[in-house]
Amino acid sequence: MKAAQTRVLTARWGDRGSHTIAASLASGGYEALRKALATPPAAVTEMVKVAGLRGRGGAGFPTGVKWGFIKRDEPPTYLVCNADEGEPGTFKDRELMERDPHQLIEGMVIASWAIGAAESYVYCRGEFAFAARRVERAISEAYERGTLGRNIFGSGFDHDVILHRGAGAYICGEETALLESLEGRRGQPRVRPPFPAQEGLYARPTVINNVETISCVPHIVANGPEWFRKFGTEKSPGTKIFSVSGDVERPGNYEVPFGTPARVLIEELAGGITGGRKLKAYTPGGASSTPVFGASKLDVNMDWESVQAAGSLLGTGAMMVFADDACVVRAMERFMRFYARESCGKCTPCREGTYWLAQIMRRLEAGQGRDEDLDLMMDVQANIGGRSFCALGDFATAPVISVAKEFVDEARLHIRNKGCPFER
Amino acid sequence: MSAPGGPSPRRPAFAPLAEETRAAMRRLMARYPNPRSALMSMLYLVQAEHGCVSEAGIEEVAGMLDLTKAEVASVATFYTMLKREPLGRYLVSVCTQPPCALAGAGSLRRALEEELGVGFGQTTPDGAITLEEVECVCVCDGAPAVQVNYESYEHLTPEAAVELVRKLRSGGAVPPPVHGSVPVPREAIHRELAGLGGHDPDRGGGES
Ligand SMILES: Cc1cc2nc3c(=O)[nH]c(=O)nc-3n(C[C@H](O)[C@H](O)[C@H](O)COP(=O)(O)O)c2cc1C
Ligand code: FES
Repeated sequence: MKAAQTRVLTARWGDRGSHTIAASLASGGYEALRKALATPPAAVTEMVKVAGLRGRGGAGFPTGVKWGFIKRDEPPTYLVCNADEGEPGTFKDRELMERDPHQLIEGMVIASWAIGAAESYVYCRGEFAFAARRVERAISEAYERGTLGRNIFGSGFDHDVILHRGAGAYICGEETALLESLEGRRGQPRVRPPFPAQEGLYARPTVINNVETISCVPHIVANGPEWFRKFGTEKSPGTKIFSVSGDVERPGNYEVPFGTPARVLIEELAGGITGGRKLKAYTPGGASSTPVFGASKLDVNMDWESVQAAGSLLGTGAMMVFADDACVVRAMERFMRFYARESCGKCTPCREGTYWLAQIMRRLEAGQGRDEDLDLMMDVQANIGGRSFCALGDFATAPVISVAKEFVDEARLHIRNKGCPFER
Repeated sequence: MSAPGGPSPRRPAFAPLAEETRAAMRRLMARYPNPRSALMSMLYLVQAEHGCVSEAGIEEVAGMLDLTKAEVASVATFYTMLKREPLGRYLVSVCTQPPCALAGAGSLRRALEEELGVGFGQTTPDGAITLEEVECVCVCDGAPAVQVNYESYEHLTPEAAVELVRKLRSGGAVPPPVHGSVPVPREAIHRELAGLGGHDPDRGGGES
């Protein structure tokens, strides 16, 4: 293998037992927490700001800035860890929880110290039984060792972490829907403002951060912001875990500095396309990236700015790879069906639009489409994008745009052929 | 589906929840600043006991949380892991999103449907297996992925999948998944989902 990973968040993954507190403590776990608790909270937030840490849940919002919005002196405030990972093609948060749950808990306590939260929640996707079990066990180990609970490291700081399981709904990954769900309601997004930083969980100031984001925090505190900035690019500092799946030899999570070319991830780390086939397309950031990249985009650097400049979005860093005998229209039809099923029903453009787009795309893929369908699809998606209540509607336009722009020839072939020309 | 609160002729009547279940529900309610946060966990407990979120269970949960039945039913119908029809002892969930589809989810589905004699959303007449379709359980590196009571089996061939459900049906021992534990039956997994302590995280687990 030519390329190597840069293991920061995944440093412990190779060791058996990496999920235990013994393994964590033996390799420097919770030392960053000790250091943080001896540092004024505002200085911890400042460190994260200077490090340039950006949210890994998909939007890339600066984490230190988000923490800075919280009025620390008006308790209670809350930290909520978004572990509802559901974006098709993404599986980094699951593995972070399965293999190093203590890194996450340590990051959560540090973040909670910074924002003055006495309680935090892990909202874990219900289907992740194993990951949740690992986090649950890690929480009880942390209480036993005193890295959670009363007077942590003699600092006077008390903190509790509560694991909460979801019950199956992609929309609950959207932060305000998540809060609704955590309060025992249907997971439908809230009106903003007020933003969660003002009125979040139980109408109190709340920070919501992704698992991978929080897992970066101990490393920033332990090694300093300058060290963190040595990885990645000016605007996308640090490392990123890319989930590579589909038609590659070695699907898996790969941690590399931001700005690593897609080619390195697909051809070197993931071992290239299976069966000696050629690359046809890949998603740079999950199903919700606009649009899918064709083979000509293999040299795009995987950081927020470069992917956007190339016409798509980095999203969660989920790279689903399609070989030349795979049908992109079919894949996009499946994504569309996903959005139609997962639309929460709150707003009309998304609820109705995704339903109709799924019908049209199904027809197109099955070879019963008409030439006008491509325009019709673009028309419907234009009435969802920017008009839906939350970003799920915007996400749902991605498959349409991918088909109508990047792979329009393939779509036309389905119409002319009166059937799908591909095997898979 | 019948209107929330309306009895359905297709649904069996259920006994009131056991007193221990109600006690467990009260413990869950005490876990949160606002007891309503325990609602989904309480519905998981109903599901553990009744095999689905029954009308009777909705009524009891509504009473305990001082909510209307309609409010509770609106939550129960929103989430895909909360079922209104009784589940089999094992829920077998086949992912059909692209990475799994590319890796052969279609043939897995056909093999399972043929073996079990039921389609997606249906339960075998012996009550052993419910088969369903899921949309990316985020185990795409293990495509095609199938979950059995939320334990993920990776890279399954149609033959291995058929072998697995045969063993589940006959009550025989099944191998653990590479990442995870041997699946436990319906009642145990739903108690765990409710947050009442899981089985041993390392029991039968594969690698770290
Ligand atoms: C439909 C939808 C689904 C989302 N799913 C997730 C998710 O599963 N995990 C996640 O961390 N963020 C998800 N997000 C983003 C969150 O709303 C939020 O931006 C994020 O959790 C903030 O954390 P971060 O700043 O650390 O990224 C989703 C957003 C939308 C609109
Ligand atoms: S596509 Fe099947 S688990 Fe993600």
